[in-house]
Formats: sequence, C-alpha cells, structure tokens
Amino acid sequence: MNYFIQQLINGLTLGSIYGLIAIGYTMVYGIIGMINFAHGDVFMVGAFVSLITVIVFGITGTTSIALGIGALILVAAISMIIAGIYGWTIERLAYRPLRGSFRLAPLITAIGVSIFLQNFVQATQGARVKPLNAIISGGFTILEGNDFVVRITYMQILIVVLTFLLMSGFTYLISKTPLGRAQRACEQDMKMAMLLGIDVNTTISTTFVIGAALAAVAGLMYLLYYGVIDFYIGFSAGIKAFTAAVLGGVGSLPGAMLGGLVIGLIEVFFAAYFSSEYKDVAAFSMLIVVLIFMPQGLLGRPEIEKV
Amino acid sequence: MSLHDQTSPSLLPMIKRSVIATIIAFFLFLPTLGLKTTASGGVDGLFLTYRWLLLGIGCGFIFVIRMAYELFWAPKDGDQKPAKTQSALAKTLGSAKIAKSVGPLLLAFAIVFPFLPFSDRYILDLGILIITYVMLGWGLQIVVGLAGLLDLGYVAFYAVGAYSYALLSIHFGFGFWMCLPLAGLLAATWGIVLGFPVLRLRGDYLAIVTLAFGEIIRVILLNWRGFTGGSNGLSSIPRPSFFGLPFNQEPGGFAATFGLEYSSMQRIVFLYFLILALAVFTFFVTARLRRLPIGRAWEALREDEIACRSLGINTVNTKLSAFAIGAMFGGFAGSFFAAKQAFVSPESFNFMESATILAIVVLGGMSSQLGVVFSAIAMVGGVELLRQLQFLKVIFGNDFDPSQLRLLLFGLAMVLMMLWRPRGLVSTRMPTVFLKDKKTVSAAMISQGRG
Repeated sequence: MNYFIQQLINGLTLGSIYGLIAIGYTMVYGIIGMINFAHGDVFMVGAFVSLITVIVFGITGTTSIALGIGALILVAAISMIIAGIYGWTIERLAYRPLRGSFRLAPLITAIGVSIFLQNFVQATQGARVKPLNAIISGGFTILEGNDFVVRITYMQILIVVLTFLLMSGFTYLISKTPLGRAQRACEQDMKMAMLLGIDVNTTISTTFVIGAALAAVAGLMYLLYYGVIDFYIGFSAGIKAFTAAVLGGVGSLPGAMLGGLVIGLIEVFFAAYFSSEYKDVAAFSMLIVVLIFMPQGLLGRPEIEKV
Repeated sequence: MSLHDQTSPSLLPMIKRSVIATIIAFFLFLPTLGLKTTASGGVDGLFLTYRWLLLGIGCGFIFVIRMAYELFWAPKDGDQKPAKTQSALAKTLGSAKIAKSVGPLLLAFAIVFPFLPFSDRYILDLGILIITYVMLGWGLQIVVGLAGLLDLGYVAFYAVGAYSYALLSIHFGFGFWMCLPLAGLLAATWGIVLGFPVLRLRGDYLAIVTLAFGEIIRVILLNWRGFTGGSNGLSSIPRPSFFGLPFNQEPGGFAATFGLEYSSMQRIVFLYFLILALAVFTFFVTARLRRLPIGRAWEALREDEIACRSLGINTVNTKLSAFAIGAMFGGFAGSFFAAKQAFVSPESFNFMESATILAIVVLGGMSSQLGVVFSAIAMVGGVELLRQLQFLKVIFGNDFDPSQLRLLLFGLAMVLMMLWRPRGLVSTRMPTVFLKDKKTVSAAMISQGRG
C-alpha cells in the first residue's frame, strides 16, 4: 500500500511536467491545427538553458535558501525568455511561410526543426549526458509503514505547486484577457477573426512563445528533478506530452493537464509493477488506444465531419 | 518606402532588419553556442567554457545570411508578387515525354555505374545506400503519396524485414532468396496488423499513431533480449551468395567457378545489382499498380475519402492494401539491408530513418516516382558529401566532429527545401485516369487539403 502511495506521488510529479509540455501542443494544435513536432525539443533547449544558467549563477545545494530561491526564479525567467525566443523564431521561419500550404508541409518542416535542434544542441554542448547535483534536496516522511517508507521531497512539492500556479495563471489568461479572447477567436475561425481586426500573426506567435516558455519551465523542473539531461530527452517527452494533449482533448487546457497526470501515472505505475523497460510502450500504447476509441479525448469536443 | 528610386533599394531598413535578426540570433546562441558545459570529472559536476569567438561567428553568419536574403531574395517593396510559375526543373520533369526518356537514361547509368573508372568501394557503397533509399521511398510513396495516409513509422517494416532475414537465416539456415519473400510477407502482415487499428484516423493523428507504432517496435527489439539480441543486435548473419556460389576464395566460390581472380569488390558489385534489381522490381510493380483499379482507388482515397466511400469503394480494403504493399517493399529492403550489413541492431531503425524516408517522398513531390530518385540522391548523397567536411577541423579545432554537423544540416535542408518548394521537386501530378488526352495538372491548382 505504501509502495502504491509512493508511486502515486512520483506519477503526479512526472505528470505535472508532461502536463506543462502538453499545453504547448494543445494550444498550437488548437489554433493552427498542426502538430508542433519541435515542441519537445524546445523543452530540451529549455532544460539546457536552465542548466547553463544554473551553472553561471553558481547555484548549488549549499546556497542559502532565500538566495537559492531568488536565483532559481531568475533562472526560470531567463530560460522562459530564451525558449520563448526559440519558439517565436521557429514559428516565424519554419511555419509561417507555409501557413495555408498543404497539410504535410509544416509537419515536415517541424520534423526538420526537431532534427536541427537536437543536433544543434548535440554539436554545441556535446553528446554526453549532463549531470547536475541536487539543488533542492530533502523532504518529509509522510507515512511510515512496516516495510516501506513513503517520502515526498521538497522538489516534488515544488513541481506540483508550481505547475498548479502556472496552470491557474494560464487558464485566467485564456479565459479573461483580450489576448486569450483573440486566441480563442483564431481557434474557432481564423478568417473571421482576421476580418474582425484581430492580428492573427501576432496571436499565433504569442501562442508559440507561451507554449515554449511553459516548456522551458518544464525543462527546468525536469533538470532539477532528475538531475541529468541530454540532447535527446525532447523526443520521448515530446511524444508523451502530445499523448497527454490528445488524451485530454486537443484544445482543452484542463484536458492537457489531466492528460499529463494520467500519462505520468500510467508510466510510473507500469514501471513500478510490470517492467521499467517497457514503460514507453505503455505510454505509446495508451496514445493508440485513446486515438482509436476516444479521438475527442477526455475533455474535448467531438469533431464533426462535414462534407 | 515606395518613394525611393526603383533602381537603388534603400539599404538602411535592410541593415536595420538584419541587425534585429542578429540580435535575436545573439539571444538564441548565447546559452548554446557561447557557453559550453563540460564535465570536470570531479564531484562538482560541470563547469563552463566560454566561446565568445564562436558566438561572434554565429551572429555574424546570421547577419550575412539575412543581408543576402534582403538583397537578393526578399520581395521588394512595390513589386507585384510574381505569379508563381513552375520552375524549369518541375516543367522538365513533369512533362510526360521527357520523363519517359529520363527514366531509362537513369537506369542505363545505374547499370554501367559499377564499371565506371571512378567507382571504388566507397562510391559503390554510397550507390547501394542511395538505391536502398529510393526503394524505400517508392514503398512509402504507395502509402503516403498514392493513398494519402501519412505514415511516420515506416521504418518499423524495414526493421521487420531485416530481423526476419536475420532470424530466419541464423536459426533455420534459410538462404537469402528464400528469406526475401518471407520477409516481405511478414512485413506485409505487420502492415495489416498495424493498419487495422488506425483505419479511422487520418492526417496528423494517423501520423502520430504510426510514429508510436514505430517506436513500440523499436523498444521491443531493444528489450526482448532472448529473441532479438537487445541492443547488441544480431551479428554474423550469413551473407547472400550468387545462386549458391559464395563470395570467397574457396575453390567452390564465385571467383573460382568463373575463373576470375578473387576480389572483395565482386561481392559489393553483386549487392549493388541485387538492390538495383529489387528497386527496379519495386518501380515496375508500383507503376503497374497505379493503373490497376486498386491504384485508382488509392488515388481516389487520397483526394476525398468521403466521396470515395460514397462511390462504393471499400475504403477498408483500399487502406489495408496500401499499408500491406508499402510494408512489403519495406520488408524487402530491410531483408537486403540485413544481408548487406551482416549485422542488425535496433539503432538502425530509429525515428530518423522514418523521417528521412518521408522527407525523400515529400521532397520528391509525393506522387512522382522520378522525384523520389532525385530527392534520394539529394538527401542521402548530399548528406554523405557533408562527411567530407573534415577541413572544418582546421577552423574549429580537433575536437570538432563534422559528422554531428551532418545531421544538423540535414534538418536545416529539410526545412529550407520545404520552404523553397513545399510541393516537392517534381510537383506536378499526372492523373492516371484521363479523358481523351493527358493533361498535366500543375501543383498550384490542386487543393489537397487533407493530409
């Protein structure tokens, strides 16, 4: 039982990270109807920028708490900004010229961008894995059973709380602000939105920037949680986050979060009870099962096919 | 801005835009190019090296590119956007008459290729690689180009073919010619097995599910150690023989039987002709299939699935046959790959391969068989050329590895070629069914909406 609770906590943490990445997918898919294949790699770039900034600031586990928290917020801000610029540039250079072209074209450029980013980071930062000593360590023991001790680390609390805060902020942004209104308008009918005076290009760019910034936060959390990154983490994390977005219902923000949590839990429980080698198979199978039996996702609207 | 003299476009805004681009590039490159994390080997983990020079070079490079873009390619203010005309290449390759003569010429060149004076082992290996990709491209073209089903996991069938040959020949001692049809059959079966669940999906969703399938197969190959050898792969796979004559120095070998002097090149040349024959076989089968009712059903399915169904075409059978036949050619190619390498491991069947094959098909113009040949030469041959970038070591120092740059430029080329010609190199579509006379439909006039 205790083992189960421990896995539940681990799964929620991992799911939060997936959920944050999934927002980028779901927003972009909602607004321009393309899979931003490079999004997973933006997450990876975010993790690398965070790593580099952490080292530049010299943050270690021994830094005093107040200073450490301030510096980490700064790290998060910097990697959000830089990942945001990456997101903006990718959209501007690789996707915007192909808007209105046939469906496959932006998908191919997205794959191209993904390959480019992976190899760019590999070439500039090296192919080896990058370890980082734990910065936030320690935690509580919440349950002490006869054979297994359930622990929740400060890092896990931070991840879940931060994700919750970002999600609330973002939901507010989408539902209450003019930017969110413009985004929803573009999502529903881009041509009509344009006719009504919404700057569609800016709105789409902003969507990419926001998605990339959230992915960068996810990257930072991944870095701090696992303490090791390499240039390849974006690929599988990207597919899993996309699965989360589809599972939750494409275009739905709470859905992306819910989907992220479900995928995180599935992965962790599968690894804990069956086989850790095949945990990716479990996550990918989930994607297939969801798409086949529930293509509209948990919280999405069913798509009506018109002739 | 239109007040300026037409002949001298004002430089100032151009420089301004270029500077902005450079500033953006500076922020993009600052953490990745300017700073490098290096493992110190000690307990403190990582330390930083600063590479201001490299950062400067990167930014300067962006500035130059952007200026060049402004000066030469950007649409000038006040210009009428020129109506997009077909490029000369597309016109040439698109017209039926020339296409008819280019094909046989290419084939003739491919046949004499091994006997040309410059064809050493390296060039022949490259030729084999390119033809393998041409064959894979033709196979995938059935699924993506003809039936319009976007498949990102095609490499799974390649893997099935390769492992079928490897396992059958290691455990049962089957020869290449016996394994080839079996590998094709197994791959086709997998095509149906994987195709069946995704019948209802289309477009991007289909793409992501096939990608997931490809990854699942790779993960299984990687972890099912007892059967597939795990990450070590399977080695010492028997090499194919010339109708029972092995390529070795033994008295019963190929060279001795024909009274030739033994040379390791004989096997390479044989492999070259083997893959050429397989590719030509693929070409003829797909070219014939296009004219059969099934091929027309594929094309109808690509254009409009609902209309297709309303006209009484069985879309289930049509889709499954496309998956199966496409997979079968992937299986043939995989079987050849295993025979050539005498070694298979899951690393050869990662997503990059699928992406490469898909890029070849899309850049080739989706449904042009000739286009696949040209884009395979461009993608595989071009990438191979980048291996020759050793001179860059002089500039960047010895720990610089040009082969990393190879894939980086590959990704970049994928983006640029897509931006340059979104519909591929040969972007005309020849309707297979026509009334009275054949009219070439220009790509610009086709409104292909669904992926």
